[in-house]
Amino acid sequence: MIEARELTKRYGATVAVDGLSFDVKPGRVTGFLGPNGAGKTTTMRLVLGLDRPSAGSVTVAGKRYGDYRFPLYEVGALLDAKAVHGGRRAREHLLCLAQSNRIPRRRVDEVLELVGLTDVARRRVGTFSLGMSQRLGIAAALLGDPEVLMFDEPVNGLDPEGIVWIRNLFRSLADEGRTVFVSSHLMTEMALTADHLIVIGRGKLIADESITDLLSRGSGRVRVASPELTRLGALLAEHGGRVEAEADGLIVVRDLAAPAIGELAARHGIVLHELTPEHASLEETFFELTDDSVEFHGETVTAGEVVR
Amino acid sequence: MTAIEASDARERRLQAPARGAVRGALASEITKLRSVRSTVWTLVVAVVATVGIGALITTARVSRWSELSPRERLSLDPTTISLRGVFLAQLALGVLGVLVISSEYTTGMIRTTFGAVPRRPLVLFAKAVTFTVVAFVVATAACFAAFLIGQSILSAKHANVTLSDPGVLRAVVGAGTYLTLVGLLGLGLGTLLRRTAGAIATLFGLVLVLPALTEALPSPWNTDVGKLLPINAGRALFAVRPSTDLLSPGQGLLTLVVTVGIVLALATLALVRRDA
Repeated sequence: MIEARELTKRYGATVAVDGLSFDVKPGRVTGFLGPNGAGKTTTMRLVLGLDRPSAGSVTVAGKRYGDYRFPLYEVGALLDAKAVHGGRRAREHLLCLAQSNRIPRRRVDEVLELVGLTDVARRRVGTFSLGMSQRLGIAAALLGDPEVLMFDEPVNGLDPEGIVWIRNLFRSLADEGRTVFVSSHLMTEMALTADHLIVIGRGKLIADESITDLLSRGSGRVRVASPELTRLGALLAEHGGRVEAEADGLIVVRDLAAPAIGELAARHGIVLHELTPEHASLEETFFELTDDSVEFHGETVTAGEVVR
Repeated sequence: MTAIEASDARERRLQAPARGAVRGALASEITKLRSVRSTVWTLVVAVVATVGIGALITTARVSRWSELSPRERLSLDPTTISLRGVFLAQLALGVLGVLVISSEYTTGMIRTTFGAVPRRPLVLFAKAVTFTVVAFVVATAACFAAFLIGQSILSAKHANVTLSDPGVLRAVVGAGTYLTLVGLLGLGLGTLLRRTAGAIATLFGLVLVLPALTEALPSPWNTDVGKLLPINAGRALFAVRPSTDLLSPGQGLLTLVVTVGIVLALATLALVRRDA
């Protein structure tokens, strides 16, 4: 269980994390989602006590991270897979971490086996691909058999097989009752991995709910086809619907549910050819949620401008 | 069953021990030190420099023996000349001292380290202890070798001394101690600056450039301030003949220890206060 309360981190004038409060609960995979620069990594660094909060607090199982004498038994974290001494062999890298927390030596071989690095245990980690480094980082996180696991963008650099492997790993860790906290800027990845989502933008909490709830929150749209679109459109607008022309003989209506549209049409004797409710995809919901909080917007360039 | 019950029900295969954090941190740092190549290289360079340069300079002096005036022959300190390689070896051990922590900062490993041991002063303490033991053993052994080789070269002119002569044993062990302390100075600077190149440049400036600058000061400042610099405090430690330019061996050791102590104290403070 990770508990953040009014967690704030400023770097000079920049506010990286802005009054975040959330709980990451055991027994499920919690996705930590936000655009690049939203403050995900900073939040994780605050959890690990690498950075000191400017205000607020964050605890793991009720204790500040810095108060743990042997934290690896409680928290396993992978923030940056390339943050290792490249000249050290994989096994020795894990061994020095194990020793610092007095974890038995045999556990090093166990985690190497678990992530499939046994054959390269004697290679210097500087020669590892990003995918192998990710596996090494996951091995390090699992060393102490911890209750809480935290991963920053773990699928980066993994091949498709590795991605499936890591998803299954998260699932089994959560099923064992552990707390699994995984950050990503990719909604599609989170949709496949997480049960629950914490969404942040510009350091602020945007959403903290289950994937299912988040999906249903996304503004629903209804596609409507009718030979009497002009009349219908005016009618729907009168009743609070937002109407957009989509294609010939087709409109998209927001803020009015499909049954209401159907009833209105029937009452006024308008023929409908199509009435299809559409759920927003997670990706769209994510964009809607974070639209105001993306730090670096790309300039929207229209084709006309490019030609000019 | 709720998720929280599930978490309580999970049988923990590994249990955190109640104590032993210091022992764990030390074991971890020993593994780190022995598992990178830079340790071996800097130690080899330090030994080769201590023994090789000492033998070279002693041989050169002996080969010019007939050209030396009687005064020059009398003023020769057989112990000091055989330990002349220390001046080069200190750079190698200084670099190792810097690398012990700066390599963790430049690779990012330091975040993994602090993730495993959140009590940062314990990390620095364990690094300092590990480095001190390894550096002292290797450096002192090299100094004994350099001394013995140097004396066997000097024996051709019957100018050699033995370890039982007054002040000689202290000078040889003092040279090993000096090398260790320069390395610890490097460790402190590496922690403060967090960059390998910057810390090495600062260390070399302190050890090599500063003495040249203080010589330009007006008398008696040049010798009074000069005496306190690491390199001159070190020379006091491994000189057998007393000199007015130098502190006594005891004062030299105290000066060095205080200097290193201040730098390591500042380093600890910076370590605790800064974000990693």
